Amino acid sequence: MLDSTTIKMLLEGIRDTLYMTLGSTFLGYVFGFPMGIILTVTGRDGIRPNAVIYKIFDVIANIVRSIPFLILLILMIPFTRFVVGKSYGSTATIVPLVVCAAPYIARMVESSLKEVDSGVIEAARSMGASDFAIVFRVMLVEARTSLIVGATIATGVILGYSAMSGTVGGGGLGDIAVRYGYYRWEADMMIITVVLLIILFQVFQTIGMKIAGKLDRRK
Amino acid sequence: MSEIVVKHLTKNFTSNGLTVEALKDINLTIEAGDIYGIIGMSGAGKSTLVRCLNYLEKPSEGEVIVRGKNLGSMTEKELRTCRRDISMIFQHFNLLMQKNVIDNVCFPLQLQGVKKKQAKERAKELLKTVGLEDKEKAYPAQLSGGQKQRVAIARALASNPKILLCDEATSALDPQTTASILELLKEINQKMKITIVIITHQMAVIREICNRVAIIEHGVLVEDGTVNEIFSHPKSHAAKELILRDLPDATEHMAYVEQDRLDTKRKIRIVFSENSAYEPVIANMILQFQTPVNILRADTKNVGGVAKGEMILSMPEDRHLQVDMEQYLREHGLEILEVTENVG
Repeated sequence: MLDSTTIKMLLEGIRDTLYMTLGSTFLGYVFGFPMGIILTVTGRDGIRPNAVIYKIFDVIANIVRSIPFLILLILMIPFTRFVVGKSYGSTATIVPLVVCAAPYIARMVESSLKEVDSGVIEAARSMGASDFAIVFRVMLVEARTSLIVGATIATGVILGYSAMSGTVGGGGLGDIAVRYGYYRWEADMMIITVVLLIILFQVFQTIGMKIAGKLDRRK
Repeated sequence: MSEIVVKHLTKNFTSNGLTVEALKDINLTIEAGDIYGIIGMSGAGKSTLVRCLNYLEKPSEGEVIVRGKNLGSMTEKELRTCRRDISMIFQHFNLLMQKNVIDNVCFPLQLQGVKKKQAKERAKELLKTVGLEDKEKAYPAQLSGGQKQRVAIARALASNPKILLCDEATSALDPQTTASILELLKEINQKMKITIVIITHQMAVIREICNRVAIIEHGVLVEDGTVNEIFSHPKSHAAKELILRDLPDATEHMAYVEQDRLDTKRKIRIVFSENSAYEPVIANMILQFQTPVNILRADTKNVGGVAKGEMILSMPEDRHLQVDMEQYLREHGLEILEVTENVG
């Protein structure tokens, strides 16, 4: 059963899944990270409370997160086609994945930054730190462990979503599972892809937690 | 020119439509070189007051003038520059937990844009001053409370401040560590000519190192003056209570028992100055009148470097004897400060 064509297909599936997951996580952070910082800074207990700005980002984050991913995937098709030129394949999947992941990541970043001891922020302010310095030299440094744990969780979630996109021709391991495991009733293919997904997830999780632990000086 | 002048400072907090007056019309002057204590029970508003001194809290009304400059008329940027002259240390140290000791000390310098190498050199010097030169690579989590506060002090000194604000800096420390931190602060005050403002609820801290003190109660400054004056002649109820509570190794419980006992009989509080403590006055008095007095409390305190003896006596019931005894004590150079039914 595991002939060279299948193995090649599975390897390509792993490659595509990694491409989608890591690409989407990266782009998700490009948008979500600043959004998380804005949410923290403008929040009620933030260093520059601003109800209007906070509310705008708060609502955006909530709306996007309340749409089920599969629906978002379909809703996004025209937009995806506009951005990438086509609505199927790995690259096309990255578009809805990023749209879905960014607000999720923003919330993760927000909750990590909110954990930073307000006393430390006050101390920095007493030294004459600007708001910019407080965010980039205090909050992000103090919250780094929590931020990395958050990134690990986010990557895991995006990995799962990338597999889901297989149902609409997304590519990667999810796509293989749907096409062979579901449409063709090849149970062993289904099992192989699922096992591969589990292994990938474990790898991400272990690496993320290791890095977070290594960087934590609070113990 | 006074180092810090506070004029008619009022601070209100509003939450859920309810306004609380945290500070009411505070006026005080702190001179260069002072170790100025601000004492009060928790909730009295003293932490808010100290945060108004560097404008971490903006006063609702009134002025704070630091070294001739009115903080209220400054822009945010000017204020940030000004804060380099006014350092602060905290009860919970507030160190950056993810940075090691030397990077913590370098931090305020890096904020100012000082080159890393120069900052490190300065930080090493300061760690020597606070006695932690061997801990520069350690992380705060590996240090004891006293060591953390030393790092915080080194960090506060990094920007060469003129003023050091201490917000309950010793409240989280045990008595021995407190003593060593206070010793360090005293040294900093004398050697570096840094004016120190100390917020505390412990009278012992005031007594140990302050030369002037202000007493805050319910947001109002009820009394201020030299530590010597306040200890010898406390006028306000709050001052008396704080002095009474300041028993060596006293627990809250002991203070209560004492107050109960004090309430039952007529008693006087006497204070020995330095020279009168040599003569056995009380013993001689008892011998002369052939009547014992009950010593409810006796204590010697180091008040601003001067030994002060203090004693609370419960007097005999006989009114004439009381008058005579008081006369006797006065003649022998003792100060009788209160003759009240309730010393507290």
